[in-house]
Amino acid sequence: MNVITLHASDLALAALLVLANAGVSMALKLQVHRQMLWAAARMVVQLLLVGLVLRLVFRAGSPAVTVAVALLMIAAAAREVAARPDWRLRGGGNYGIAALTVGVCSVATVVLALLTAIRPQPWHDPRYAIPLLGIVLGSVLNCASLGLDGFFESVTSRRAAIEAQLALGHPMREALSALTRASIRRGVIPIVNQMSAAGLITLPGTMTGQLLAGMDPLESAKYQILLLLLLAGAGGLAAGGAVLLAARRVTDERQRLRTQRLVRAGRRLP
Amino acid sequence: MNLAPPASPDTTLPKHRLRVRGLQSAHARPFDLQLDGGECVVLMGRSGSGKTVLLRLIADLDPGSGHVTLDGCPREAMPAPAWRRQVIYQAAEPAWWAPTVREHLPAPDSPQTLQGIARLGLGPALLDADLTRLSTGERQRFALLRSLAQRPAVLLLDEPTAALDAASTQACEALLRDELARGLAVLWVTHSPEQAQRVGHRRIVLDRAPA
Repeated sequence: MNVITLHASDLALAALLVLANAGVSMALKLQVHRQMLWAAARMVVQLLLVGLVLRLVFRAGSPAVTVAVALLMIAAAAREVAARPDWRLRGGGNYGIAALTVGVCSVATVVLALLTAIRPQPWHDPRYAIPLLGIVLGSVLNCASLGLDGFFESVTSRRAAIEAQLALGHPMREALSALTRASIRRGVIPIVNQMSAAGLITLPGTMTGQLLAGMDPLESAKYQILLLLLLAGAGGLAAGGAVLLAARRVTDERQRLRTQRLVRAGRRLP
Repeated sequence: MNLAPPASPDTTLPKHRLRVRGLQSAHARPFDLQLDGGECVVLMGRSGSGKTVLLRLIADLDPGSGHVTLDGCPREAMPAPAWRRQVIYQAAEPAWWAPTVREHLPAPDSPQTLQGIARLGLGPALLDADLTRLSTGERQRFALLRSLAQRPAVLLLDEPTAALDAASTQACEALLRDELARGLAVLWVTHSPEQAQRVGHRRIVLDRAPA
């Protein structure tokens, strides 16, 4: 494959666009230039570091190193899922839910893909396992945190309506069902949109990357289809898992609604 | 309108329908109560004295410790939803979870429901009206019908007529009097001494600082 190598000067040229953005922000008093520049700088450092680390990991090719990197990536994604919702379960409950859903959904999907569809030699070759895990984690992270945020938000705002049902003898499962369903739906919307838009409105990232790297368009389309199907599966599992685990945590053995276990976190910048 | 205190409960109705011994939580001091079938006990006390906390504790909507039985059967011996279906707590501001009243009633077209609607001065057309278009008083009366439609053994009422005019209040009291005669036991929170006089066989005054 004929990869066109980028030089530092090429990147600097692209950076000019971000600087122009910042300039517009200052001129129009949009007050986003600081965030924009900071995010751009972060992105450059993060990606260069990742490139460097992956180069080492790919060269090492050792299962232990691959597992260590995978665990680190899962932990970072889980932390993000736990921290994003506006509401937190007391005692770090968000972290437990996030670690379980992110870990199980991403590992299960990635291992399935490696053992069946992609089948590299060896199956745990970091060149396949790590990027695959990365892209699956992105989807899992989005779906799980949206689902979790939606559930906590609605369970606190609709508390009186839920308790009205409980007080009339409805089981908790029934009182929460509309809410859990809506939250899971909300969690999977991004992946549904991503699939509907793929190819028509946007050229998905993997396909773009492979085309730039010189791969045949139909071959890269097949790769993208496989990935989007994996992302949909993992994302749906993650949204459902996170919401159902959260639903267990806001109730108790007598099917009471225990929203006291939730505290509102300080709002973070988007 | 008969303003004399209500007659004593029918002695053929079940004794000790609801029994509460040492019920308490972090927010409520120990409480004891015995409620016979057909009996209406009025719970009074200034705001913040823990009336709502107590009703929610009895309905098992909040965790607490103590001994509560219904017709001799301990609360823990039955699943929580089964307990709450028989010991119904009606909040001061009843909440709704679907767009219309109809979806909140188990049998919206049954003769009993339609009769209750008529007795409380409501129209059957309101069953399908958007709940947000109903007045607070209409919603409060529908909440009473919604609670009674579950045929509870005990009703825990938190200011059930607070939003109602005199005529609607009397209609609710009359409807509940009939249910009492059929064996229902009622624990009724009110701030009105006149209402307490009209409906209560006994009166309990919670006069204590929040624990």
